[in-house]
Amino acid sequence: MEGGKTKMHIAVTLNGKKYDADVEPRLLLVHFIRENLGLTGTHIGCDTSNCGACTVLVDGKAVKSCTVLAVQTNGKEVLTVEGLAKGGKLHPIQEGFWEKHGLQCGFCTPGMMMAAYALLQKNPSPSEEEIRRGISGNLCRCTGYVKIVESIQYAADKMMMAERKMEVPAK
Amino acid sequence: MGHGVKRKEDPRFIQGKGNYVDDVKLPGMLFLDFVRSPYAHARIKSINADKAKALPGVVAVLTGKDLVPLGLDWIPTLSSDKMMVLPTEKVVFQMQEVVGIVAEDRYTAADAVSLVEVEYEPLPAVTNPMKALEPGAPIVRPDKGTNHVFHWEVGDKAATEKLFSGADVVVKQELYYPRIHVSYMETAGCVADFDQVRGHLTLWMTTQAPHAVRTVAALVTKIPENNIRIISPDIGGGFGGKVYVYPGYIVAAVASIVTGHPVKWINDRSDDQPSTAFGRDWHMTAELAAKKDGTMLGVRIKTVSDHGAFFGDANPSKFPAGLFSICTGSYDLKGGFAEVDGAYTNKPLGGITYRCSFRVTEAVYAIERMVDVLAYKIGMDPTDLRMKNFIPSNKFPYKSIFGWTYDSGNYTAALKKAMDKIGYWDLRKEQAEKRKKGELMGIGVSSFTEIVGAGPSAQFDILGIKMFDSAEIRIHPTGKAIARFGTKSQGQGHETTYAQIIAEELGLPIEDITVEEGDTDTAPYGLGTYASRSTPTAGAAAAMASRKIRDKARKLAAHLLEAREEDLVWERGKFYVKGSPERAKTIQDIAFAAYTNHPPGVEAGLEAVDYYDPPNMTFPFGSYICVVDIDRGTGQPKVRRFVAVDDCGNIINPLIVEGQIHGALAMGFGTSFLEEIKYDEDGNVFGANFMDYLIPTAVETPKWETEKTTTPSPHHPFGAKGVGESATVGSPAAFVNAVVDALSQGGIPHIDMPLSPWKIWNALKEKGLAMEA
Amino acid sequence: MKGGDDAKVLAGGQSLIPLLKLRLASPTRLVDINGIPGLEYIRESGGYLRMGALTRMADLEASDLIMKRYPIIHDASVEIADPTVRNLGTVGGNISHGDPANDLPAIMLALEAEFVAEGGSGSRTMKAEGFFVDTFTTALNHNEILTEIRVPMASPRSGGSYLKLEKRIGDFAIAGSAVQLSLNSRGECERLGVGLTAVGPTAIKAKKAEEALKGKKLTDEGAIRRVGELAAEAASPTTDLRGPADYKKEMVKVLTIRSLKRAYQRAQRGGM
Ligand SMILES: Cc1cc2nc3c(=O)[nH]c(=O)nc-3n(C[C@H](O)[C@H](O)[C@H](O)COP(=O)(O)OP(=O)(O)OC[C@H]3O[C@@H](n4cnc5c(N)ncnc54)[C@H](O)[C@@H]3O)c2cc1C
Ligand code: FES
Ligand code: FES
Repeated sequence: MEGGKTKMHIAVTLNGKKYDADVEPRLLLVHFIRENLGLTGTHIGCDTSNCGACTVLVDGKAVKSCTVLAVQTNGKEVLTVEGLAKGGKLHPIQEGFWEKHGLQCGFCTPGMMMAAYALLQKNPSPSEEEIRRGISGNLCRCTGYVKIVESIQYAADKMMMAERKMEVPAK
Repeated sequence: MGHGVKRKEDPRFIQGKGNYVDDVKLPGMLFLDFVRSPYAHARIKSINADKAKALPGVVAVLTGKDLVPLGLDWIPTLSSDKMMVLPTEKVVFQMQEVVGIVAEDRYTAADAVSLVEVEYEPLPAVTNPMKALEPGAPIVRPDKGTNHVFHWEVGDKAATEKLFSGADVVVKQELYYPRIHVSYMETAGCVADFDQVRGHLTLWMTTQAPHAVRTVAALVTKIPENNIRIISPDIGGGFGGKVYVYPGYIVAAVASIVTGHPVKWINDRSDDQPSTAFGRDWHMTAELAAKKDGTMLGVRIKTVSDHGAFFGDANPSKFPAGLFSICTGSYDLKGGFAEVDGAYTNKPLGGITYRCSFRVTEAVYAIERMVDVLAYKIGMDPTDLRMKNFIPSNKFPYKSIFGWTYDSGNYTAALKKAMDKIGYWDLRKEQAEKRKKGELMGIGVSSFTEIVGAGPSAQFDILGIKMFDSAEIRIHPTGKAIARFGTKSQGQGHETTYAQIIAEELGLPIEDITVEEGDTDTAPYGLGTYASRSTPTAGAAAAMASRKIRDKARKLAAHLLEAREEDLVWERGKFYVKGSPERAKTIQDIAFAAYTNHPPGVEAGLEAVDYYDPPNMTFPFGSYICVVDIDRGTGQPKVRRFVAVDDCGNIINPLIVEGQIHGALAMGFGTSFLEEIKYDEDGNVFGANFMDYLIPTAVETPKWETEKTTTPSPHHPFGAKGVGESATVGSPAAFVNAVVDALSQGGIPHIDMPLSPWKIWNALKEKGLAMEA
Repeated sequence: MKGGDDAKVLAGGQSLIPLLKLRLASPTRLVDINGIPGLEYIRESGGYLRMGALTRMADLEASDLIMKRYPIIHDASVEIADPTVRNLGTVGGNISHGDPANDLPAIMLALEAEFVAEGGSGSRTMKAEGFFVDTFTTALNHNEILTEIRVPMASPRSGGSYLKLEKRIGDFAIAGSAVQLSLNSRGECERLGVGLTAVGPTAIKAKKAEEALKGKKLTDEGAIRRVGELAAEAASPTTDLRGPADYKKEMVKVLTIRSLKRAYQRAQRGGM
């Protein structure tokens, strides 16, 4: 993307914190997050919007942050992998991936977890088929997906339990 | 050992705190991008970078000419050939790096790339290796004067000839194993930081073999090896593609030297896919000879292999065709002959990559496909034919006709287990019933034998460096430990697996052991992680180093307990005096004493290093069965079930092993059905980004069903064999066999991968099996 | 709209931003229309199903109205790209992009949709037929924005279906066939719409195929086959990574026949 270097001012809330910045209009959200804000948990795996490694939530919706301009998030709320854990406590999705071996190299993992997060917001108890479709915009080259599906199922169960204020029974 | 311990490395990854190379950020860091060739073969007439240089933010422009005085326009490959870093005269493949642009940020670098004007004079290209070997073909490498890279053969040609002419049945089939790309999720990249005052180069790079890279870098740059530090940070998948040294690493290093700034280079996916190492591209003509009753006699395979413009396979030096000589597979054969001719073409380098265990993928595919071809020819069930010809379990160690000594195996047990699990004979019944109704389903079997753990130093070296691997363990005074290795995990979970081995050997809690890899300044020398070698070599080194520590601990314990060494008994985590178990010292007590109270004549400290040189390779094996349904209207295949029974000897962490198998199965699935990097006659590359090169998503990827049998390796310190590649090696034949089985009523002997719906549909149509809707 | 000829409308950005990243397009100015209020809706009124141009494809997927009354659109909405792309990609963008491999254009042709555009000189309505001029070229003028997509309201005895053959989920189609069928009270074909994806320079309206079934019963296998054959004749695919041309042509036939049968089933069930 060519174009002038005239900068635009944006104010973005990221993981609950407000950031003000002057950015080039062509700056991709993923680069804004990684380079300007220094949060490198969001990854880049392709340049054709196919891999989903860059998935973050903007105003609650999962988007590929390599396919959104930073200026488009002006005034919006962005959630990245760094915002999942709260007060030092892992989010159930993070726990699920750890517990069920949902990651190997870890490169797809942040994007995968964000896609899973969005999926579970919409559909708290998805079937296996729904999980597989729900993460079909996220490629993983290491795991063969079965363990990722199990990780998300684990998280779904755990979140349902928490909803019902019950403890997860010990395995 | 044997426990599915949660991985120690995961907390950082799941919190976005991994440290991949693109996450490395240094003050004053510049960004490197490349102008790439639109032609597969062309003379460079001129390069005009004036406009690029004039762009604000552009710091330097590097061409091949700038590298000549440094002797870096060409560098050695891992196969004793050489490769271009940047061209000075001509380009030899499309998307080759031509000009390096260094700018303040990646956007400016990309802007500048589009401003460089390169004038080319296109030359005729050659992309088909068979054509490349014909007289009169365009010569890719004038310095070689021929497109013929090497000839390799194994076996007795004349005796095989005789065996075949006397056989009742001979089946013959052309098999092409396509050119594919590993497509790790993280592309290749580096950050080079040259300290002009110290003359010291630090290179953070995506490499599976940091020490080998350091040595090669020292040899080619003339920077003393002690002034080069290679750091391989977290790696987003390697699978063999990150063993190679790419021009980007070299140009980034030069750019850092020239500019005095740290320089980062990160390949875009659409640049990475068509310019970094490919896998396979192996054209085989395979034959199998047998008696009428199905007794297999011999195998004969003639191959033309495509190596692109540089012979750069990450091979052990004495094996230009990798370990293809494992192509007798799981069968007790009388004779055989295999030969390979390598060709240069106008494509990028590669061949040995993509989880292939050094060409074992090709070997297993050939034999397992041919067994099925034979089975249909003689009308025998493919499992019966396999059972009949397996090397019997009482014949191990088994010497194969091509000279390998298989360490251990029980092939019948693995196949039987797979058949039981999937309900093989019921599926055959279902298939017969479906056929009557006009529906197509297929069942495919593959009973592979792997060969991993390279390797014994007498045979295995890369550029002369022997293929041992190493471990260094230090126990701190408080009983905590740090262990360092010459290997490099790219997702295999070494931080956990190695800790488990040490925990087992020394009785330390796993959480007390820190595992480090990938920093050449701290880790002991090793050849790295690929070809499923880490557990067989570095894992063994961890056990051996632990045992050395235990030997020393015994001395210290004897001193502390005022007993004789030979009177001490080791029990997980402590020594006690024989007959009085209450007189004991824990490993923690001993560690403390090693620094505070060591006896005269014994050195202080508690640490050990081991360089493990394996006595033999290990031979994991397994049996896979796949069930596939085919849409007769569209040719679309759907994998309904896939059962994998693996035997990789004793297992350290079943969770990690299962993960490795799942991932490799998915790659085998991708290879079989989706993936291919294609070239047209002019050398234009297709399938060079993630829009066109389709790797499997969660939707089509089957729900893997895995089982195991356990046949320990007799020569490995804890009986392990290695597993990372078994499933990429073993599964493609199962997928293809299943699809061909579905079409077998039409007498279709074979379809080449990737099994796209149109290939299947064309076969159906030809045999009158296609439906109109 | 300011910015001259070189300006580009930015809607969901799911086609445009990938092009800009790969430097296949480099407009000097992007006009982000996401801030224009009132362009995200799906409703029936005045004899039409109306969709605002900024309606996200994810909203199509989630819409009960679409699922129950316009299954042909629902079929596509779960097969276009992936859920993450669908969260941003818009109905208007999918159509305005003029990509023959996009799925909605063929459906709009089958549904005989109309497009409302607003520009410097006011508002105009165009028919889907004729809108897709060439690859990446539509009848929209540079200074026009597509605002509404409207589809004649589904009649009780109508049904539609979209079938997309793909190498892998999330990929563009090898070929796709959109079929919208209305039956008369005798159960004969009253109107048939057939649109084809990815088998020509633009999405294709297979007009001969549409005519072939008029007045015929859907139990007439020969007639159904004829529709498939005529649809295939209308296709002019090229050979590429998504398959050889002759295969794609054959698949148009197979998909159209299957799609037609499914549309008929749905029509019998009252559209569902
Ligand atoms: C990985 C991936 C896979 C995909 N797979 C599919 C697929 O299988 N099937 C499919 O159909 N699509 C697919 N797409 C494309 C996707 O559906 C796009 O989102 C859609 O085609 C364009 O919609 P958009 O809102 O994102 O448009 P934009 O990208 O914003 O715009 C696209 C073009 O339309 C113009 N435009 C947009 N809105 C208007 C308007 N209201 N008025 C005038 N001009 C306008 C823009 O100027 C631009 O030229 C895929 C995309 C990706 C990234
Ligand atoms: S980086 Fe691949 S989709 Fe965004
Ligand atoms: S864990 Fe490596 S890509 Fe998913």
